Amino acid sequence: MLFGYAWDTSGFWPFVISIMPILLIGLWVTLKATVIGFAIALVLGLLLAALKAAPTRLIAWPARAITEFIRDTPLLIQLFFLFYVLPDFGLTLPAFMTGALALGLQYSAYTSEVYRAGLEAVPRGQREAARALSMAPGRTFTHIILPQAIPRIIPALGNYLVSIMKDVPVLSVVTVLEMLNVARIIGDRTFNYLVPLTIVGILYLLLTLIAAWGIRWLDTHLPSHGVALK
Amino acid sequence: MSREPIIRFDRVSKRFGDFTVLDNLDFQVQPNEKVTIIGPSGSGKSTVLRVLMTLEPINEGVVYVGGDPLWHEYRRNNELSPARGAHLRRMRERLGMVFQQFNLFPHMTVRRNLTEAPRRVLGLSRAEADERAHELLELVNLGNQADKYPGQLSGGQQQRVGVARALMMRPRIMLFDEPTSALDPELVGEVLKVIRQLADTHDLTMLMVTHEMHFARQISDRVCFFDQGRILEQGPPEEILSSPKEARTREFLHAVLNPDE
Ligand SMILES: Nc1ncnc2c1ncn2[C@@H]1O[C@H](COP(=O)(O)OP(=O)(O)OP(=O)(O)O)[C@@H](O)[C@H]1O
Ligand SMILES: [Mg+2]
Repeated sequence: MLFGYAWDTSGFWPFVISIMPILLIGLWVTLKATVIGFAIALVLGLLLAALKAAPTRLIAWPARAITEFIRDTPLLIQLFFLFYVLPDFGLTLPAFMTGALALGLQYSAYTSEVYRAGLEAVPRGQREAARALSMAPGRTFTHIILPQAIPRIIPALGNYLVSIMKDVPVLSVVTVLEMLNVARIIGDRTFNYLVPLTIVGILYLLLTLIAAWGIRWLDTHLPSHGVALK
Repeated sequence: MSREPIIRFDRVSKRFGDFTVLDNLDFQVQPNEKVTIIGPSGSGKSTVLRVLMTLEPINEGVVYVGGDPLWHEYRRNNELSPARGAHLRRMRERLGMVFQQFNLFPHMTVRRNLTEAPRRVLGLSRAEADERAHELLELVNLGNQADKYPGQLSGGQQQRVGVARALMMRPRIMLFDEPTSALDPELVGEVLKVIRQLADTHDLTMLMVTHEMHFARQISDRVCFFDQGRILEQGPPEEILSSPKEARTREFLHAVLNPDE
């Protein structure tokens, strides 16, 4: 029994049907971790990208170093750090939040690069034209540069969304009951690993296909020359 | 020509690292004067325009536009100090620029390309801005293209939008940096025609870099030959283009007029 649902090992289909609700609860946890982790990565990445673009090296350099450090170390290390070391400093987060935070932190390094590359791909002449028209720097960024960067940024971000989802099982090491962890527990207790693992594999495949389809849809429907705001 | 110049470069130097692009340049333009800048690649022609458009800062000297220093501000003791953003923004409104690569905003319609800055910067209402855009699109013979996106227009049409967009801010000075160099040969004429018309009908000071010598002869009051960040020779177009004194000018003109040799 898990999450209050008992399993029925009397046959193949009864077993599948009985563990389905349990796996779906795990799926829900996986999705939540993906979405929250992704949201953190989007915001933190934007912050890092802004810092890396700062005119003073005093700000830009540490931001670059942080990005590089995060990128070059395994997700597991950051997860262990947040889970085992932060409490020493009096900061204890629930396992799930720690996991989502670790995912967000790891992927903020990647998203910050996506933002940077997207913004740099906008031709310099665009900024110069706006300047020649006396447009304010803030408005130039939000209405000239950003709209042209978005069609390049969004598909790349979508790919990281899928990656995050596939990294969620790492959170099982800090006791988060995400889908794969749930499947393993079912296997441990029923000695049937094949069925729950296969179901998890299929669910992952479905999610990835849906996400890939969504990204492709965005790719073809975002105007390639930029998104006019309003 | 005894009036106060509208543009004045006073011993201006501009360097990129060790490389000197403008070398102690003295240069003046009178109000309403049409000046063409010619010269070999790398001689600093674009840089002169970019300095005026405040796209490129200078290292030494003072540039005056309409009598006021462009890259400097007067402090209380009447000394010049480097200009702050607000000063640059104010000064910029006196100039408009047409770029070689057009630099239209690809995600905005033609109308929006024209009205975006006047509405935000000059505070025009939508109706006022649309009205002004309509007039200027008529002027450049694009009255029925306002709802298209730049990507739907030919190069010649795009550059005419570029001209109209710069005029929207009602600048007193228009800068053209090789406005037809990126165009297919058959589209050059329509853009030059619009610029010529503009020169004839508007009280504008025009400063243009071009390799269209025939056009330069028609439109300019003065031609300046730039070489290594200085003006080597200048004068009325007939004089400079037909009987230049300097050997380097002759070489340059020969090369431009006989590109196949
Ligand atoms: N941002 C920059 N950094 C370094 N060097 C630059 C930069 N911009 C221009 N230069 C150099 O300054 C010199 C003058 O440039 P400029 O664009 O004014 O020449 P130009 O006369 O317009 O030439 P062209 O006919 O090729 O357009 C060139 O040698 C160019 O390589
Ligand atoms: Mg040039």
